[in-house]
Amino acid sequence: MTPEASTDPRRPSLRRARLRDLRHLLLFALGRLVALLATVLVGVYLTIVVANMGGQVDELRLVQIRSEVVETVRADPAFFDMPGEERSALVARQVALEVERLRLDQPFVVRSLDYLQRAMSLDLGRAEQMHSDRGSREVRDIITERLPATLLLFGTANLLVFFTAVFAALHLSRRYGSALDRTVIALAPSSAAPGWFYGIFLILLLAFVFPLLPAGGMVTAPPPESRLAYAASLTRHMLLPVAAMFLSSIFVSIYSWRTFFLIHSSEDYVEMARAKGLSSRRIERRYILRPALAPIITSFLLMLIGLWSGAIILEQVFNWPGLGSLLFQAIGHRDTPVIIGGVVIFAYLLAGTVFALDILYALLDPRVRVKGGRR
Amino acid sequence: MSVVMEPRAWRELARYPSALVGMLIILLLSGVALTTPLVIPYGEALERWRGGEMWQRHPVNAAPAWVDRLRGGNAARTLTVASHAAEIEAVSFPGGRRLEIPLDFDYAYDGFPSEINLFLAAEGHARAPFVRLTWQAPDGREVALGGYRVGRQDRVSISQDRSLAQRLGGLAPHVGLLSDPQVEGEPEVLNGRYRLLLEAVVFDEQAGLEAELVLYGRVHGIAGTDHQRRDLSLALLWGTPVALAFGLIAAVGTTLTTLVIAAVGVWYRGWVDAVIQRLTEVNMILPVLPILVMVGTLYSTSIWLMLGVVVVLGIFSAGIKTYRAMLLPIREAPYIEAALAYGASDLRIVWRYMLPRILPVLIPTFVTLIPTFVFLEASLAVLGLGDPELPTWGKVLNDAQSQSALYNGYVYWVVAPAILLMLTGLGFAMLGFALDRVFNPRLRSL
Repeated sequence: MTPEASTDPRRPSLRRARLRDLRHLLLFALGRLVALLATVLVGVYLTIVVANMGGQVDELRLVQIRSEVVETVRADPAFFDMPGEERSALVARQVALEVERLRLDQPFVVRSLDYLQRAMSLDLGRAEQMHSDRGSREVRDIITERLPATLLLFGTANLLVFFTAVFAALHLSRRYGSALDRTVIALAPSSAAPGWFYGIFLILLLAFVFPLLPAGGMVTAPPPESRLAYAASLTRHMLLPVAAMFLSSIFVSIYSWRTFFLIHSSEDYVEMARAKGLSSRRIERRYILRPALAPIITSFLLMLIGLWSGAIILEQVFNWPGLGSLLFQAIGHRDTPVIIGGVVIFAYLLAGTVFALDILYALLDPRVRVKGGRR
Repeated sequence: MSVVMEPRAWRELARYPSALVGMLIILLLSGVALTTPLVIPYGEALERWRGGEMWQRHPVNAAPAWVDRLRGGNAARTLTVASHAAEIEAVSFPGGRRLEIPLDFDYAYDGFPSEINLFLAAEGHARAPFVRLTWQAPDGREVALGGYRVGRQDRVSISQDRSLAQRLGGLAPHVGLLSDPQVEGEPEVLNGRYRLLLEAVVFDEQAGLEAELVLYGRVHGIAGTDHQRRDLSLALLWGTPVALAFGLIAAVGTTLTTLVIAAVGVWYRGWVDAVIQRLTEVNMILPVLPILVMVGTLYSTSIWLMLGVVVVLGIFSAGIKTYRAMLLPIREAPYIEAALAYGASDLRIVWRYMLPRILPVLIPTFVTLIPTFVFLEASLAVLGLGDPELPTWGKVLNDAQSQSALYNGYVYWVVAPAILLMLTGLGFAMLGFALDRVFNPRLRSL
């Protein structure tokens, strides 16, 4: 387009069009941001209500506090020769202190809103029962301590599955109907079983029948001193869970990506490119992968988010000290701050990803960009 | 359903061997699921699975018998010798009788039993009778097993008798009593006719004495037993209807409600659609499994409550977005316009015009969704949040896990429920994948 063309009164100038696009994009982003924040707010509040049994957990906690205080006072030799009345006053005082510390004297609705406000501002507070392995009561410390384990295990497995699946699917979609293709399709139903299920069998086979690999845990105890030995031990412990996850999802991923690529490669413009005699490499890169990029990125990002929640059962089966088993323990201890902390972080990450995806789409796809402003 | 399953679709489906295998598996499982509640009623199943007295004549952790026989083994099955089949010699004396009860049995197995117990019952005695036990081996050896005063219901745990074990050279009684004394080193079974002689003195003219000798086997039935002596076949059989019902109800509940809500949103548009969309997004943020675990720990682990929560959480699932995308073009279809023109109500259009159109697309998803829920139930059970009363596959796995079954070598305990779970998963998934290719013409043409 020449500069003269932009002065043509019938067409808006390129500059103005860009500005309009930018305005639409900003409006769109703002709208999405507000919507997502509201979503997170509601989701987190629901979690807070469920995690507190709508306030019922408080009564359990009250009973527990009382019995604990009575027990400690009774067992303390310092109070042995205290008269009964004085002692019960002491108990009442201690209970009141503890109630005040946990703020159980306020109605649940008030506290739930307070929880919500603090959770949303990522002030995760202190755990009630649990503590990190280093002894910290801060929920933040507890979660960050478990995070690397989960990220390492699930990151490795999911990245492996994702890239293997996409490349294998590309390969298969080029020669669909081949023996290999049929085999993969025939194997796809095996993914009906989740990873922990395969995990049990892998443990049976490779840890007990042929004791080659450790059955669970993250490193040998005590942990090796040298870095290299530590990494080696970690790898050995990771092999089985990674294999379990890989087995349970690889075939169905290949299958769905393959179908996806096949659908994209039967588009008219691909046929056209073939008719023109373009090389298959070029067709694959420019005509199949290019328009398929958005869904690929989406599922990649959603997969990365999926890492955060970990998998409670897989971590339980393999005794892996990650977020999933942390959440399970927290629920078992009725330690609401930890539960809420885990869910809040998950919600924020998911919302962040969805937001990033929205913007990315708006940038990549002109249809969304133009429509987006008027949503 | 005639729209959905026209003959052409069936013929099409029959072309996929995986679909046939899948259907066969599903039929088989459904058959088991339908007959089990008829053979073992619900109440009885719960009662028996609770365990206790009724299982005391079953061995602990016995493997399935057929596995051992297939391998050519001849491990011990449970032998029960009851006194009412024995010839009892009675000699009266003033104030009572002297009874001689021989409990004879042929021991023909290659391995030792896992335990020996003697159950004694003496009903209606004013004064407790007294029994002296003597063990007679085929080679003529006699071992005195001591004397017991018999209450109304008594159990003599011969295997637990420490002093007897010492007299038998440190061997556990159920090994020592049946081993060949000629063999040095590793004890070997001495096959032949054994007798446990009960010499009893009862202080009553009429009332008798019932005795039952149980030599617990190492193998039992088709599925073996668990740590509480319960027959695993009960849980495996009853697990089938539970798993299928859970999977089916959860799948129907979630897909149908999701579909209807998506259709309503698409049809009414405006704020209805907006609310549905926002609710879906909220729901996507809530992690399902942690919430289920929370409900299980805080409220109750009843399978029906879990089912309800699964369905409720599944209503506004991500599926809404997919269905919405499918329904949007249908909304603008000419036949809907025609329906509007003849004055069809909103509800009629949603029910009769929009939903039937996308139902075929839904069927494969629905079929592949069933095993997901079956495994979800198992997952919860493995986490210890299984139904407190119902015997399910997941609970068997959980028991096995908590008793370190794999470590202790009780492989059958894990493998049997796992195979059933896998069969269910495979059956539905195979059918679902084939259905997907039949119902989605876009995939079929490839």
